[in-house]
Amino acid sequence: MKHLLSVDDLDVESLTAMLDLSEQFVAVNQRDIPKVPALRGKVVASLFYEDSTRTRLSFETAAKRLSCDVMNFSVSQSSVKKGESLLDTVQTIEAMGIDAIVIRHPSAGAPHRITEWVDASVINAGDGRHAHPTQALLDVLTLRRHREMNGLRVAIVGDVRHSRVARSNVKALHLLGADVTLVAPPTLLPESLDGWPVHVSHDLDDVISEVDVVMLLRMQFERQQEALFPTVREYTARYGLTEARADRLKPDALIMHPGPMNRGVELAASVADGPASLVTEQVSNGVAVRMAVLYTLLGSGASVV
Amino acid sequence: MIAGGTVVDALGSRRADVRVENGRVVDVAPDLPTTGDEASLDASGCVVSPGFVDLHVHLREPGDEEAETIETGTRAAARGGFTAVVAMPNTRPALDDAAVVSSVLALGKEAGLCDVVSSGCITVGRAGEQLAPMGELYALGVRVFTDDGFCVASAGVMRRALEYAASLPGAIVAQHAEDETLAAGGHMHEGAWSSRLGIPGRPSVAETVIVARDIELCEVTGTPVHFLHCSAAGTVALVRAAKARGLPVTAECAPHHFSLTDECCEGFDPMFKVHPPLRTQADVDAIREGLADGTIDAIATDHAPHTPESKERPFEEAPPGMLGLETALGVTLTELVEPGHLSLADALGLLSWRPARIAGLESHGGPILAGAQANLTIFDPGHEWIVEPERLASRARNTPFVGRTLRGKVTHTVLFGNVVVQDGEATR
Repeated sequence: MKHLLSVDDLDVESLTAMLDLSEQFVAVNQRDIPKVPALRGKVVASLFYEDSTRTRLSFETAAKRLSCDVMNFSVSQSSVKKGESLLDTVQTIEAMGIDAIVIRHPSAGAPHRITEWVDASVINAGDGRHAHPTQALLDVLTLRRHREMNGLRVAIVGDVRHSRVARSNVKALHLLGADVTLVAPPTLLPESLDGWPVHVSHDLDDVISEVDVVMLLRMQFERQQEALFPTVREYTARYGLTEARADRLKPDALIMHPGPMNRGVELAASVADGPASLVTEQVSNGVAVRMAVLYTLLGSGASVV
Repeated sequence: MIAGGTVVDALGSRRADVRVENGRVVDVAPDLPTTGDEASLDASGCVVSPGFVDLHVHLREPGDEEAETIETGTRAAARGGFTAVVAMPNTRPALDDAAVVSSVLALGKEAGLCDVVSSGCITVGRAGEQLAPMGELYALGVRVFTDDGFCVASAGVMRRALEYAASLPGAIVAQHAEDETLAAGGHMHEGAWSSRLGIPGRPSVAETVIVARDIELCEVTGTPVHFLHCSAAGTVALVRAAKARGLPVTAECAPHHFSLTDECCEGFDPMFKVHPPLRTQADVDAIREGLADGTIDAIATDHAPHTPESKERPFEEAPPGMLGLETALGVTLTELVEPGHLSLADALGLLSWRPARIAGLESHGGPILAGAQANLTIFDPGHEWIVEPERLASRARNTPFVGRTLRGKVTHTVLFGNVVVQDGEATR
């Protein structure tokens, strides 16, 4: 495996292997000195064309804990501002000698294009609405640490249409045998769900007491201007995980959110901070998953620990 | 003298030699005797057709000469067998002004490779607001009015344009039918593939709402309306019904719309990005039916050159458009004639005499008879070739058919009696 562009690059065996490897890095991360020399001498460039806090820091931390050198490329302080094309930018970076490019880009498929232009491994850290494979990996890793995945009932709630997180999670959850229901108004669902292994509901109240996991997606407020929903207040009333709805969850149900959260919109603050919430665990597992991805793409294949 | 070929035109198909003198056909008959010193083209095994006419070509000059010039674009046209092309108005400046149109016509004449027919804008700057000086442009020979690249969005402006054009006999108003309020921000067909790939979509309904509206405006005004690059199954049905009502509606489709689908976008390659977008197999099938039953009147390439650097970008950032002139015949024969969707004569009608009539071109597309202007295309229908971008005459390289094997290749193109393509290569 040379690149990680989408969950489509994985089958159930390689996904499971990646999660098993991630578990080893979870253990490494719990040590006093959470660092291994596995990728010493390797250079990872991170290239973020969109703002990001957690994904960027998570990749950087993962690379450093594997003893990689990290080149951080900030679009706002670069020649991109002078009009340099993506092609020229990645070729310039590659000419400095790198082994992997971690890229986030607002256009779907931008990481795929880059694989045609450079020899380095390319890791998709989010491209447009298309894919965010490491987010899906960390989400299923987090879930797998709590529940048997096969037959697990997961509701993904919110703006699925514009969500790369949802697209990647549907695939990863399906690979592991989970049963996925998308919950959103029709305007926030993809135009076509042809071929998607999901159920669909427009009514969160219908499914709330049936599911084992509620995965909430971030509401992007600018969608209101596009007439995709009437008001934030109405959105919260119909699709928010309010305290009242949380009370109807199964007693052992789990709550996830990829972040950044709009507290009080997608979910009530008390629910986000409650015992059922896996939100902070998702973040810490993100580092382990990204270590596993980097190690799989760049490592020698030797044992990690 | 064009010897040994099969002549196919609107009158049918027959074995005949064709003698050309002083720019005109002078004799058409089997086994014409050769005179001592006349030049002869061996057309054995080949088809001799009236020259092809492309209603929809972006020559990019003035304004975007790094992608194509009138010279390189007409060289590509000639190699593709076209003796006339209608130049689209989305140049910089736009073709909304007599001086700009005159310069395009002059550059076309100077290149001498293909008859360049200028379109004219419907509205000033293609902005969809104020009517362009249609009468002045008409006086220069413009018959096809269009804001192509942009849709005339306002129903009111479209109605006035059609009313005004009624005072210009033979003029047609050609619509780029895409409602931007439905298509804006989209980069490929809205459907299963766009949803899967996360690429914002341009839905079929963006096309059909405008087609339905303009059919009604056509009825109200009586002015001929032509629909450019029809891509959706719904459009074919609407045009078919309009024709059944007896309305003066015509339609064209591009080779990529009867041969490629939205699945091509799977690899995020912007070579497959075009407006209107590649749609589904059901749309492709409907367009093929529309071509077969006469609903669609013309195959027009929507030849849209772009520089390599503009296509070396992520899908969503690259400009829409693909080359078409040099592959149109091959794609038509390979995708429509060989599988039996169309007869050869019907295919040539769509490439030659029917678009010639729509554009009001009397020198092109007519039957190959004594006295006719010698605008002719000679092609070998069995010749297999592989599309290699670097061998195209166009300045640009953005063909979606790269690497494809096509059957059928132009060997000679004759423009007003001059051989402008010989053995597949331009002579000038």
